[in-house]
Order: sequence, then C-alpha cells, then structure tokens
Amino acid sequence: MHNLKRQILAGPYLLWIAGFVLLPVGLILYYALTTTSGQFTVFNITSITASVHWKALVLSLELALLCTVFCLALSYPLAMVLNGMKGKKSSLVVFIFILPMWMNFMLRILAWKMLLSNHGVINTILDMLGLPGLDILNTPSAVVFCMVYDFLPFMVLPIYNAMSRIEKDVIEAARDLGAGGFTVFFKVILPLTMPGVVSGIIMVFVPALTSFAISDLLGGGKVLLIGNVIEQAFMQEYNWNLGSGLSLVLMVFVIASMALMNSHGEEGGTGIC
Amino acid sequence: MSKRLIDLQHISKCFGTQVVLDDLNLYIRENEFLTLLGPSGCGKTTTLRIIGGFETPDAGKVVFDGRDMTSLPPNERQVNTVFQKYALFPHMSIAENIAFGLKIRKKSKSYINDKIKYALKLVNLDGFEKRSVDSLSGGQQQRIAIARAIVNEPKVLLLDEPLGALDLKLRQDMQYELIRLKEELGITFIYVTHDQEEALTMSDTIVVMNQGYIQQIGTPQDIYNEPTNAFVADFIGESNIIDGMMIEDRLVEVLGVKFPCVDEGFGKNRPVDVVIRPEDVELVDPMQGMMEGDVTSLIFKGVHWEMDVMANGYEWMVQATQMHPVGAHVGIRVDPYNIQIMNKPESSDERAVESDA
Repeated sequence: MHNLKRQILAGPYLLWIAGFVLLPVGLILYYALTTTSGQFTVFNITSITASVHWKALVLSLELALLCTVFCLALSYPLAMVLNGMKGKKSSLVVFIFILPMWMNFMLRILAWKMLLSNHGVINTILDMLGLPGLDILNTPSAVVFCMVYDFLPFMVLPIYNAMSRIEKDVIEAARDLGAGGFTVFFKVILPLTMPGVVSGIIMVFVPALTSFAISDLLGGGKVLLIGNVIEQAFMQEYNWNLGSGLSLVLMVFVIASMALMNSHGEEGGTGIC
Repeated sequence: MSKRLIDLQHISKCFGTQVVLDDLNLYIRENEFLTLLGPSGCGKTTTLRIIGGFETPDAGKVVFDGRDMTSLPPNERQVNTVFQKYALFPHMSIAENIAFGLKIRKKSKSYINDKIKYALKLVNLDGFEKRSVDSLSGGQQQRIAIARAIVNEPKVLLLDEPLGALDLKLRQDMQYELIRLKEELGITFIYVTHDQEEALTMSDTIVVMNQGYIQQIGTPQDIYNEPTNAFVADFIGESNIIDGMMIEDRLVEVLGVKFPCVDEGFGKNRPVDVVIRPEDVELVDPMQGMMEGDVTSLIFKGVHWEMDVMANGYEWMVQATQMHPVGAHVGIRVDPYNIQIMNKPESSDERAVESDA
C-alpha cells in the first residue's frame, strides 16, 4: 500500500523523464545512426575526424579548459575572502555576485559585444587615456573572457559552500596540533573543499565545452567551436543526422569529463551529479 | 608545593563593547587539575582560549614556564586542546587524525605507529585505527579527540566542556576516565565546565568565575564548604541563602531567631548573607528545634529525601535520609559550624554578580 503510493508520486517525474529525456536521446541515437534516407550508417559519428570538425572539437576543449582554469584561479581566493567575512556582509557580497545571473544570458553576451567593440566603451576609455586599443573582439580571447564572466558564479558558489561548512573548531584544532597557515590550508581546508572544487569544475567545464552562443556572438564567425558546428548542421544545413552524430560524440566527452572529476572527489560536495 | 607552570597576569579582554575578562590574575601549578567553573558568558572559555592562543588579551601577560607567550600563535605553544564538539578532521581516518600533530613534528613512521597504538589503548579504543570519523559515536569521537591531543605530549591539556554533548551516564564514566588519564600522563589539565558536579568530582583546584571576575579559588572542599559569597554558594550545589543580621561575634539573627555560629570579625549589628546547605538543616521534634515550621513538599531523590519547610516566612530547602510527610509540624536545628556567614556585596560589580545568580 505504502509502496504503491510512493510509485504514484513518482509518476509525473517518470513521465517527464520518458518524454523529455529518454525520447530525445533515443531520437538523437536514431538520427545519428541513419542517413537522410533512413539507412544505417556510422558516418555521422566518424565524421568527427573530418578536419574542420576535429579542429572545432579540439578548440572547444582548449577554450573550456582555459575557462575552467581561470574560473578556478579567480574563485578559490574569492571564496576564501567571502568565507572570512562576517554574517550579513558575506551574504550581501554573494548576492551582488550572483545578481548578473538573473539577467538574460544572451543579453549579457550582447552587452560584452558592445563593450568590447572597436568603438565600444572600453576602447573609447582606453583611447581617451592615450592607451592602445583592446582589439580582442572576434578572437578566442573574447570568447574565453565572456565564458569566464558567465560561468564564474558556478565555480564560486560550490567552493564557497564547501568552505563555509568547515567548522571553525576544525581549523583551530589543526593550529592547536602545530600546523602553520600553510599546513592548515593544504592538509585541512583544501581537502575539505575538494568536493566543491569538483562540482565547480564540472559546472563550468561542461557548459563551456558545449556553448555556441558566446562564440557565435563574440567570435564573429571566426571562432568555430563544436557547439557552432552542431548548431550549423541543424539550423543551416538541415542535416539532423550529422548534428545528432556530432552531439553524440560531444556527449561522450561530457560524460567522460564528469566521470573523471567524480572519481577524484567521491564525497560529492553539492550533489551536482 | 609544585611550581607555577602558567601565570595569567592582569588579563583583560573585550569583544566590542562587552567586557569579558577584567584584570584577571590566576596561576596554574604543574600537574594540577584545575577547573574553570561558571555560568555561560562568565569568561571561562575565553580564559582557556587565551591560554591556547586562539585569543589575544587586550591587556595583560600569559607566562608559560617562565616565558612570556602572550603573542605566540597556537601552533607554537606546548599546550593542546580538546574541543567541545570534538573537531576531528572528517576527511581523515582515526589513525590519520591522531598522527596529525606528530607528522607536523616530522616524527618517524614507527614512532607514530607506536604512539597511535598507545593512545588508542589509553582511551580504550584499541583497533580503531582504520575507522572513519563518521562511524564513531559522540563518546568515542571525544576519546579520539583526547588521544589526538595527548600523543603530542603537551605540558598542559586544555579541555573546553569536553563532556557537554554526552549523555549523563557516559559523562560520569568519562569523568573517572579523565581522572585516570591525568594520573597516568602526569600533566596539567585545565578544564572548563558549567557543571558543578563535574568540577567537584575531578578537580584539584576550582576557579569559580562570573561576569569576567574570579569569585573564588580553592579546593572542591573549600568551595563547597566555605563559599566566599552568595553567588558561589548558590552556583556550587543548592543552598538556603537568607538575609541575616550579625548581632555580635559568634551570634547571628536569622528570621527573628538568634543562631549561635562560629564566625567572628563581622562587627556588631551588620546585615549579612547567611548560607546553610540543605543537608545541614536538621529536622527535629518541634519542641527541640530553634524554630518551628510545616513541611510543604516532599520529593524522593534516591539517596535522600528533599523537603521544603515553611518556617518564619522562609521556605527552607532540606535534604535528609528521614522522611516527614507533607503537613508535618517539625522543628529546625542547625549546628553552629554549618552556618556560613558572608558579607553583603558592596561594589556595584559585586551586586551585578549577585543579581545574576
């Protein structure tokens, strides 16, 4: 009786999973393994080795990695600063920090396009100061820059979360047992925040790897990521089979990177996967 | 008398506008089990944290073994702390927790392993090396916290309400364990608690604190039998604290009746506080008592009966092995040496202490 009730409660969720997860994945699988006329093929998948596709995938991995490294380098110290603040002050700073996340994603990217453009705000100011202009629009630098800006909160929050859960006593105990600042950090704080770091890396690396909107708008068609290739296959060439095949390959990379990270931080900080 | 190991000189500490410690002077002898006892907010934990190095006093000096260590960080002090909430490292095994301090001191592997074994044996948890922190009960975690501290062979072990989170039976067992540990290790224990029974059971010396001031320092017997003021009398065990008038040496008037006592030197006709422990009040035949009263309540406490007796407008708390039913008419008698006379508080600080009690 009790069991049956529980199963009924799970019903809507199961329907959701079936309709919006299993079915689409099944369709992707179907499209990926067939030609436009419906015959079986692996060409859509093996076409990742085609020079232009492979280049896009490698560039995507490079930029996503760069973005993750920058986010981590910025976030960890920031989380430490936030954690050092007292009560209300830290929640205010966290609030300010996540405020841009509530604005539309596309809007933020477009804003950066305006800011970075040749006659944009940044270059006008630099010009007024007599400094050389910043000519990074339509380059991978602009793409990475905007990715870092967009995904930074996803790195800061899990790390800050893990850090704020470390009891003050535990740090004092380490000091009491003879640990200097260096040892306290490497033997206590870093290991205890590792689950947060792992979550942060996954939450930044995965969307960075699969993004196409940022490179589309800030790359000016010159920065071709695997996301753009897939988008073009679907939207411009109407080749759903090729798009699905490449999506499948990308999915493998995403799952592999998540598995790799999870094997390093078993305890799972914020339970993101 | 063994030598002074720690000397706290004129220690003051404020948090914001709140004065937590005001000109505190205290010394701790080698091999002593000293307890800082008082209600929450009395400054006992702050005192311990100043000794541990987690707080720096605003004024005053901490002298350890003849050396000023007021501004020395915790990791450079020869003291170790057992925290109230254990504070074990959750990402390490029990063995790694215990080895933490030894690894920092770069001890050899075999030395560390021997020490872990020895410490686990000492706290009755042999074979727990590989266990995780999560798999241990509160009492076990506290033992590991003690083991982790003592393997470093500190000269002083600081214990911050270490039994506060344990249940009653376990707490009593751990009290005897701590006494045994202290004897086996032969080091100084400084213990913080708000539990007077814990303090009386374990301590060589008790320091009773309230609102940043030391109220009394003494052996458990001194503190219990000869409290210096009404706060101490009330905080250490239960007491009848009654307004009285010192008529002359060795004679005090309480509730309109003159009681012979043994106290002298208070002057004549001086208002005083009279403290009488409930177990020192004798219930006798109404004719033989110094005053008469009626039993208003009766509770069985196991080793004794607890009774309230209304006499001359005051409800006396009485503990006796012989029971008198509610409504019984009884006489009250107190032996002269069981009457404790105390001056009324004079300064405003002392009055604050009083009203808090």
